[in-house]
Amino acid sequence: MSQPVRTPTDLTSAVAGGVGESPQRPDGNLKVRGEFAYSSDLWHEDMIWGATLRSPHPHARITGVDLTEALKVPGVHAVLTHADVPGANACGVEQRDQPVLAVDVVRYQGEPVALVGADHPETARRAMERIVVDYEVLEPVVDAEAAARGECAPLHASGNVVRHVPVRRGDQSATAEVVVTGRYEVGMQDQAFLGPESGLAVPAEDGGVDLYVATQWLHVDQDQVASALGLPLEKVRLALSGVGGAFGGREDLSMQVHACMLALHTRKPVKMVYNREESFYGHVHRHPAVLHYEHGADRDGKLVYVRAKIYLDGGAYASSTAAVVANAATLGIGPYDVDNVTVDCWGVYTNNPPCGAMRGFGAVQAGFAYESQMDRLAGVLGLDPVEVRLRNAVREGSTMPTGQVIDSAAPVAELLELVRDRPLPAATGGELDLRQMPGGVSNTTHGEGVVRGVGYAVGIKNICFSEGHDDYSTARVRLEVVGGEAAALVQTAACEVGQGLVTVVQQIVRTELGVQRVSVLPMDTSIGNAGSSSASRQTYVTGGAVKSACAAVRARVLELYSRQTGTGPAEVGRLGAELRGGKLVSSHDVLADLADVLGGDAVDETAEWRHRPTEPIDPETGQGNAHVQFGFAAHRAVVDVDVELGLVKVVALDCAQDVGRALNPQAVLGQIQGGSAQGLGLAVMEEIRTKDGKVRNPSFTDYLIPTVLDVPPMGVDVLERADPHAPYGLRGVGEPPTISSTPAIVAAIRAATGLPLTRVPVRPEHITGT
Amino acid sequence: MRVNVTVNGEARSADDVWEGESLLYVLRERLGLPGAKNACEQGECGSCTVYLDDVPVCACLVAAGQVQDREVRTVEGLADGETLDPVQEAFVQAGAVQCGFCTPGLVVAAHDLLRRSPSPDDPEIREALAGNLCRCTGYEKILDAVRLAAAKRGA
Ligand code: FES
Ligand code: FES
Repeated sequence: MSQPVRTPTDLTSAVAGGVGESPQRPDGNLKVRGEFAYSSDLWHEDMIWGATLRSPHPHARITGVDLTEALKVPGVHAVLTHADVPGANACGVEQRDQPVLAVDVVRYQGEPVALVGADHPETARRAMERIVVDYEVLEPVVDAEAAARGECAPLHASGNVVRHVPVRRGDQSATAEVVVTGRYEVGMQDQAFLGPESGLAVPAEDGGVDLYVATQWLHVDQDQVASALGLPLEKVRLALSGVGGAFGGREDLSMQVHACMLALHTRKPVKMVYNREESFYGHVHRHPAVLHYEHGADRDGKLVYVRAKIYLDGGAYASSTAAVVANAATLGIGPYDVDNVTVDCWGVYTNNPPCGAMRGFGAVQAGFAYESQMDRLAGVLGLDPVEVRLRNAVREGSTMPTGQVIDSAAPVAELLELVRDRPLPAATGGELDLRQMPGGVSNTTHGEGVVRGVGYAVGIKNICFSEGHDDYSTARVRLEVVGGEAAALVQTAACEVGQGLVTVVQQIVRTELGVQRVSVLPMDTSIGNAGSSSASRQTYVTGGAVKSACAAVRARVLELYSRQTGTGPAEVGRLGAELRGGKLVSSHDVLADLADVLGGDAVDETAEWRHRPTEPIDPETGQGNAHVQFGFAAHRAVVDVDVELGLVKVVALDCAQDVGRALNPQAVLGQIQGGSAQGLGLAVMEEIRTKDGKVRNPSFTDYLIPTVLDVPPMGVDVLERADPHAPYGLRGVGEPPTISSTPAIVAAIRAATGLPLTRVPVRPEHITGT
Repeated sequence: MRVNVTVNGEARSADDVWEGESLLYVLRERLGLPGAKNACEQGECGSCTVYLDDVPVCACLVAAGQVQDREVRTVEGLADGETLDPVQEAFVQAGAVQCGFCTPGLVVAAHDLLRRSPSPDDPEIREALAGNLCRCTGYEKILDAVRLAAAKRGA
């Protein structure tokens, strides 16, 4: 079969820009020209369109399916159900508990039931309307706390608790002079990446399939797709297409198996593209949470104990709930030093939409609750909210509730001081500009009823995979002479999802091998696993693999030099030879031109790299060195609130974050500002609202994400406290800013209104009380 | 039906167009111009912004039949051969591009703003881009890019 068009190409840059600089993205020109090949742009001359029939019910038994009329629609090539799944009808990123297509029961609204392949998307839609599915509607389980207590009918054979993680440290019956309690709620947030789930599956001569897709983790998809298709791994080849954002929402499968089934069945290339409504049903969301907290402190505000019960609603299938639970539990008291801790976190099955990975991954939900509690404590004690945090902040050497000692920089106090000491924005006033007012040009206020508030928060996130996961990546680096000049090529399966990994790997190669021209090959499964583009881990782990492959290449170059010049290896070692500026140099001399050393040879090395191991946590006590690194960020938010209408304008949202070492300072700012804006969304706008398990707002008309009018200027202070365990001392950047942004904004709204505000997103009626 | 339309200065036609197809679908799936993006297909995100007779529109909200004998300019038609438009260049330089899915729409919207108002202040930039969602950047670098593009065009 011929090749599809609009698949990714090599990305080559021949500019200066090593580690610590901010060279332009190698895909930037393509993206601004509209020529970058995203997964929804894929095209094949013989292709047909795939579509998915989904359950309208959150919980129902399927009593019959009739495809007769659908198959009669002209232009329809195939209509498939679970009976057509060639291999195991089971998928899931951690546990394979989700059917590829529903068999006899559906557990959430939007669960895939049947597939159509047709010559036009409209033909497919018409055929889907003619599929008759008989449902016997069942009572949906929608209360996560009740599910955790075992009070609901089990939705899976294992019961409704996906995982319970207890964390026990110190005196479990400690008492304190000052006690504050609270119950908090976090709504269900959507990743709302802009590029819809999409891809193209092309049947291959060998009976296998080539799948071009937007994902976060090629190899975990490959595993699941191969198992569902009943094919060996080598017959299921995945290639990454352009990804329009991810934020956790592409860690689970969406259309991958479905498109492949249709392609293998029809022997035609099959393109699938979700529209926005389907996208809301087609990926997991951030777990909504109910969190009960009790903080005990002495009169000076020093924490004596923290007790918490956290309930995370995982929805119909496990997805990554188990890992999210571990995060919420182990990071559940925040970046504070507390001797006595009792945390229990449950992740449960319900008939709500499935929830899994989203930026911040369990740390976001806990962060809103523990920071709200710190403000409450400050209020009771009459202390400044920053001061109460400073008195309890962890530092390097502090012990986490899991017993893990923080063994690199933890400048939590300094981050708080940085945001506190930034100049405050000027008061709104003077000449009236409606655009600066809550309500904007809706002309709802000219300043009357508008109150300003300032709030602070800080957060903690684990970086990389935890709990003993074998977390590694694979990179191949090739060095050869191209056009008279030494040039490098780098290949990984690490997904570029927008974060700029392609830029960073080029920078690493430039720094390590002293060349300017670096090509990044398209990512696919022809090379080993890179792990997921999640957990703020790719620069750390794939960066580490690229660095390590470069070291192997450099060693080979030195061997070549040693052989060519008859300089013994020991002597070469003594010279401290390095590759810089296209040359082999010693500390004081140019030894040779790299192009001359290489001649007609190519040096090609592949390396697998893993970070230092972590440990599982004890299932009874939560004790263990579960995490490899911690990231910290702090925010200060300034808001204007129209207290009569309940409208909020975030006026400023400044952040300070320790990034260990900024490999690409411009990209670091982009991560911090983008993460802060997503936290703003959770604070005041974003929630998938469900009723009896049904989604009420699956569109960008009703699910609002921040526009440029909603997001204020965001000043950023970047600290670089190197972590000696990490490549270049770097600390994962992507997630920490998403954690503290939300509670800082809510704290500011509380400061403006005096209201307790225990739920996010804060809606106008929470402020007006109507 | 058959649709005849001038796209980026070239006369184009598409056959067998179903009446319900949008301009966005025709551009992306029939004319080989996937630059305009399909983030929502309901007029909420601006990722599909193109010029229709010199006025920026959401291509997903325009029915294919409506463009008969009219002129469309897409993001693919902004650069002059290898030379990027100053707005495009500024987006790359300012770091305004992450995943880039919002970028084509934002580039066209910013291009239109700067034609109308060569040196806009920040509130004006924000207002002009308010119909274009970006999920990655938090907009700070996009504002930088528009300021930079204004400076480049003024230079
Ligand atoms: S795709 Fe047209 S506005 Fe979103
Ligand atoms: S760069 Fe990803 S949506 Fe804007």
